[in-house]
Amino acid sequence: MLSEENLKKIDQLRKMYPTSQALTLPVLWMVQEEHGNISTEAMKYVAGLLNVPYGHVLGVVTFYTMFHSRPIGKHHVEVCTNISCMLRGSGRIMEHLEHRLGIKRGETSRDMKWTLSEVECMGSCGTAPMLAIGEEYHENLTLEKVDKIIDSRS
Amino acid sequence: MERLILPDIKDLHKLDVYEAHGGYSALRKALGMKPEEVTDEVKKSNLRGRGGACFPTGLKWTFMPKQTNKPKYLCVNGDESEPGTFKDRQIFEFNPHLLIEGTIIACYAMGITTAYLYIRGEYGKWIRMMQKAVDDAYAKGYIGKNILGTEFSTELVIHKGAGAYICGEESALMNSIEGERGYPRVKPPFPAQYGLWGCPTTINNVETISNVPIIINRGWEWYSKIGAPKHPGPILVGVSGHVNKPGVYEMPTGVPLLEIIYKYAGGVPGNKAIKAVIPGGSSTPILRGDQLEGVCMDADSMKAAGSAVGTAGLIVMDEDTDLIQVIARISKFYHHESCGQCTPCREGTGWLHKILDRFVAGEGTKEDIDLLMEIANNIEGNTICALGDAAAWPVQSMIRRFRDEFERRVARRTAPVVEAVSA
Ligand SMILES: Cc1cc2nc3c(=O)[nH]c(=O)nc-3n(C[C@H](O)[C@H](O)[C@H](O)COP(=O)(O)O)c2cc1C
Ligand code: SF4
Ligand code: FES
Repeated sequence: MLSEENLKKIDQLRKMYPTSQALTLPVLWMVQEEHGNISTEAMKYVAGLLNVPYGHVLGVVTFYTMFHSRPIGKHHVEVCTNISCMLRGSGRIMEHLEHRLGIKRGETSRDMKWTLSEVECMGSCGTAPMLAIGEEYHENLTLEKVDKIIDSRS
Repeated sequence: MERLILPDIKDLHKLDVYEAHGGYSALRKALGMKPEEVTDEVKKSNLRGRGGACFPTGLKWTFMPKQTNKPKYLCVNGDESEPGTFKDRQIFEFNPHLLIEGTIIACYAMGITTAYLYIRGEYGKWIRMMQKAVDDAYAKGYIGKNILGTEFSTELVIHKGAGAYICGEESALMNSIEGERGYPRVKPPFPAQYGLWGCPTTINNVETISNVPIIINRGWEWYSKIGAPKHPGPILVGVSGHVNKPGVYEMPTGVPLLEIIYKYAGGVPGNKAIKAVIPGGSSTPILRGDQLEGVCMDADSMKAAGSAVGTAGLIVMDEDTDLIQVIARISKFYHHESCGQCTPCREGTGWLHKILDRFVAGEGTKEDIDLLMEIANNIEGNTICALGDAAAWPVQSMIRRFRDEFERRVARRTAPVVEAVSA
């Protein structure tokens, strides 16, 4: 389930926390980074690895919005629509994306290429409007910029 | 003012550049002092928390028990998810070693042997930058065993969040580090008595901790003369919304909001009038644009004006802004982020959101205005954590200060066509 490198990292991390349960988030991050999402099987694996109940892991995965228990699109486009972005036109950006990608916010395209999400403030309010694809922030968006971002991945 | 937190020095994020500009000299100095002397210095400086509540930092540190056989912990709060707030990110990117240095000094002052730096999961890029700085500091002996050849040892671990505004609340943050869902805990007991794994714990914001090396280096007297006397120091103000030059500006506390908007942030596009500002992140009460004269970015002035410094995330709205859409969006946020543990917050935020959406659609009634107020009043002060208050204040202040907007919406009874945006 996890690479040798990550297993080594986990051994290191165990020294940094007094309980193994505390490794729940770090280990779930590793799983998601390697597999793109966290399957039921993976949750059971993590529970075994950390010696915590499966229900605990499930509870954590479902609580945090960044953990995905189901596969999502190859490109996860997250558009902030919170207030600072809204004041600078995130509504138009979102509509444009829905149009371009042919999916509504909250949906994944049938070819699993795109997932479009509406997200809360991403800490990019001074460079609004913004969207993120994975860890990459795209800021000070215009419709032209959005087109370029989508074109380069199409 | 000389910039202290974000000085204009190229490549300051690199350890050698930071050292060349006096970096880690405060740590050296602090390690030569008694831990109580360090805390005292911070106390006398009058530094107040930059995480939202302006709580005196030195005083908070004195809450930590001196005699205890339990380990003690420090949590550095970099969850930064309050809408309108984007300042801690600047520290991660441009001055990470200042934060590390401050963290180690804080640990020394309180006799702490492990610090966790909690950074929101969305900041993947900045977490990697921070991790690089931490690794470099370990390699140089600024963190770890026997720091700078002294008896003092402490670890610094970066803990990555996973998308939950509530994890910025201090007790939810501790649960999140423990590997739990981010549910706030009932207080008391307070973290200094019963924090991480039941041990004494202090929680401070990233920017707060970044002030510590400055205080140690230059002394409390020098520091306490910067800005507003009762809430002194440099402060990172993030300006967003309808301004020509949005961004994070470092300034002394106590600068008039109008100066921040017009001098620092270049004024309002198209020279439009200001209808409203939210001064310190989405949870702080909204202020009318025509009542900003003399209102300054410090705790006392903000309180007198009927709002709060919060995270100093100043959101500016011009005269064409549809405030009904603004408050509906804010309420949607708190509804979405409520952890659901207490009924007034879980149900109340849902109702606020629902009723305000009705207003946006042009279906709000006069009675709804009072109902909104009543719901907000019922949430305020009746919940486990301050998210409930954070959801109530914007609604209360919006109705108090902009009742006319609601009434006009009721009279019009039509859905708006334009969005609350200026070109
Ligand atoms: C819902 C909620 C969210 C919060 N989010 C943050 C946050 O993202 N960052 C932060 O430093 N403080 C946040 N706080 C405040 C913390 O609970 C805590 O007071 C703060 O980190 C203490 O640091 P300070 O004393 O240095 O300001 C939040 C509080 C609440 C109620
Ligand atoms: S006030 Fe809201 S967020 Fe805080 S504990 Fe209660 S339900 Fe959760
Ligand atoms: S409101 Fe969109 S990034 Fe903050």
